Amino acid sequence: MKYKSQSIAMLYFIAAIGLFVGQILFGVILGLQYVIGDFLFPEIPFNVARMVHTNLLIVWLLFGFMGAAYFLVPEESERELYAPWLAKLMFWIFLVAGALTILGYLMVPYATLAEITMNDLLPTMGREFLEQPTITKVGIVIVALAFIFNIGMTILTGRKTVISLVLLTGIVGLAVFFLFSFYNPHNLVLDKYFWWFVVHLWVEGVWELIMASLLAYVLIKVTGVDREVIEKWLYIIIAMALISGIIGTGHHFFWIGAPDYWQWLGSVFSALEPIPFFMMTLFAFNVVSKRRRDHPNKAATLWALGTAVMAFLGAGVWGFLHTLAPVNFYTHGTQITAAHGHMAFYGAYVMVVLTIISYSMPLMRGQQAANARAQLFEMWAFWLMTIAMVFITLFLTGAGILQVYLQRYSDAPMTFMATQEKIQIFYWLREGAGVIFLIGLIIYLISFFVKGEEVKMVERHAAEAAS
Amino acid sequence: MTQATITKSDTDLPKLLPGDFAIWFFIFAELLVFAIAFIAYAVARQQNLAMFNHYQLTLNRELGAANTLLLITASYFAVRAIQAIHQDEIKSCSRWLYASLACGAGFLLLKSFEYYDKFAAGINLGSNTFYMFYLSLTLFHFLHVILGMIILFAITIKAQRGGYSAENHTGIETGASYWHMVDLVWIILFPLVYIMH
Repeated sequence: MKYKSQSIAMLYFIAAIGLFVGQILFGVILGLQYVIGDFLFPEIPFNVARMVHTNLLIVWLLFGFMGAAYFLVPEESERELYAPWLAKLMFWIFLVAGALTILGYLMVPYATLAEITMNDLLPTMGREFLEQPTITKVGIVIVALAFIFNIGMTILTGRKTVISLVLLTGIVGLAVFFLFSFYNPHNLVLDKYFWWFVVHLWVEGVWELIMASLLAYVLIKVTGVDREVIEKWLYIIIAMALISGIIGTGHHFFWIGAPDYWQWLGSVFSALEPIPFFMMTLFAFNVVSKRRRDHPNKAATLWALGTAVMAFLGAGVWGFLHTLAPVNFYTHGTQITAAHGHMAFYGAYVMVVLTIISYSMPLMRGQQAANARAQLFEMWAFWLMTIAMVFITLFLTGAGILQVYLQRYSDAPMTFMATQEKIQIFYWLREGAGVIFLIGLIIYLISFFVKGEEVKMVERHAAEAAS
Repeated sequence: MTQATITKSDTDLPKLLPGDFAIWFFIFAELLVFAIAFIAYAVARQQNLAMFNHYQLTLNRELGAANTLLLITASYFAVRAIQAIHQDEIKSCSRWLYASLACGAGFLLLKSFEYYDKFAAGINLGSNTFYMFYLSLTLFHFLHVILGMIILFAITIKAQRGGYSAENHTGIETGASYWHMVDLVWIILFPLVYIMH
């Protein structure tokens, strides 16, 4: 670690991991509620557990992105963070606001929460993923603005690299698109448009910029490959991601009351969204095979490669599976969506945050890499969580295919609840895979505390690297 | 623009593709995008043959043909610019590039007339499936012409300032490769949407 202020990232990463644990616990509860409907009812109803599961995911990923930026930007800019105190202050504000919001979800009925937080003044609550009380949303905007100011000033007054500028673009986009969550028109079609402008333009737009820049940064560090080469890849990947992602928003407009040409535009452009993810996979493997050093942090390299592969599978392949309008006509809002959602979020965003945590945590703790035993634990965690997620996705896909057939495709369509009865077996299997994921996560936590001998960096000779 | 390519170790092999290797990733990705769009057009046309044939006749083929000539000429001028820089003729190189840019601008102008005509007639994306394809395919290509011209313009400025020479001209080849791609797409798009009946 070259700059003192980089260590602020540690705070953010610890909070991120803590909330990640919460998210998974609620995931396991939810999974059980699919098969035992009244499990923990009335203490934790299904709708509340789902809200906590998805909101925790978003919040901990935001913590992860912010921590990543605070670690990466000083080093890229070759200067200390512009205002370390502001980063610390924002951390506590965000953590307290996030915790209070989650507690609000759990302690009082949602309608009461809306009343207490004076949602009437500016109604923004009640929409999937954007359930946060208006006051929390205002808090998110304040934290985001302070974060952009801090990161932006550090970048603008220091060395400007492609990686930090792509990251900054992603962060600014993230903040700007979140503003649409304050617009809550009565017209349901309009409402859906603006809702997607937040949700889609985040995960299939600007977050991809953040992801690509984080991945590029870690790959430069662990492989020692020329920045020039990596930057070119980055340009191509983000150009493709934005072109396909922005017009690809149309794949959400198929059935919301938008003009029917969106079925064509949405299908064609969203069908291209796997391309940048495929390029990212090529990029990661290409760069690692051309590495000039054997970085002792093998776990970070594994996470980086894993991110590229799983993002392509989850976001790319599983997204493509149901993106074409004639297919989506049947699969819309079924377990196919849940399958895609799980693997895409894990593969693209969870894994990229865990990649940068894996790379930076040892450095912030004064080592080049975690000791060999700790890395072994971490790699076990990687495989357990990743394979569990593959199975969660496969089981949900199975559930989805059966659901589509029974409920929508067969000659004698069944009702929703009757169909749910028929696909219980898949939900049980998914719950099993979810428990394996939780075990993987526990091993991941343990890996931070495992003691052993330190491992050192081996620089490759140029001749060896070229061969 | 730097000279390094993605596969540095491949520099001793004879070069298969001119320009920076990275641009070819982009070109192939772009061609794939258009290919998928053309396939979608073909499928939609098959489903609405009579309607497509009917509305196709309302398109301005003369302007389309003129635009085809303009783009092919623009590509030819780009080739002449590369030949010039191979001979170290910097002035002539930038002149050819300007000529190429002028043809591109001519394309944009004619296309704007065509759009004006269509929009004035009240045609938009929602009019029918044929017009939806006509407008979105040509508009998407229109944006690519603009991007191609921006790239070409950046190269022209650099060429004018003596940034390229007989030994160092990867940048021009890179930009010209993209420019040819824009041309190639139109050569398929024009007969497909305007003529094939």
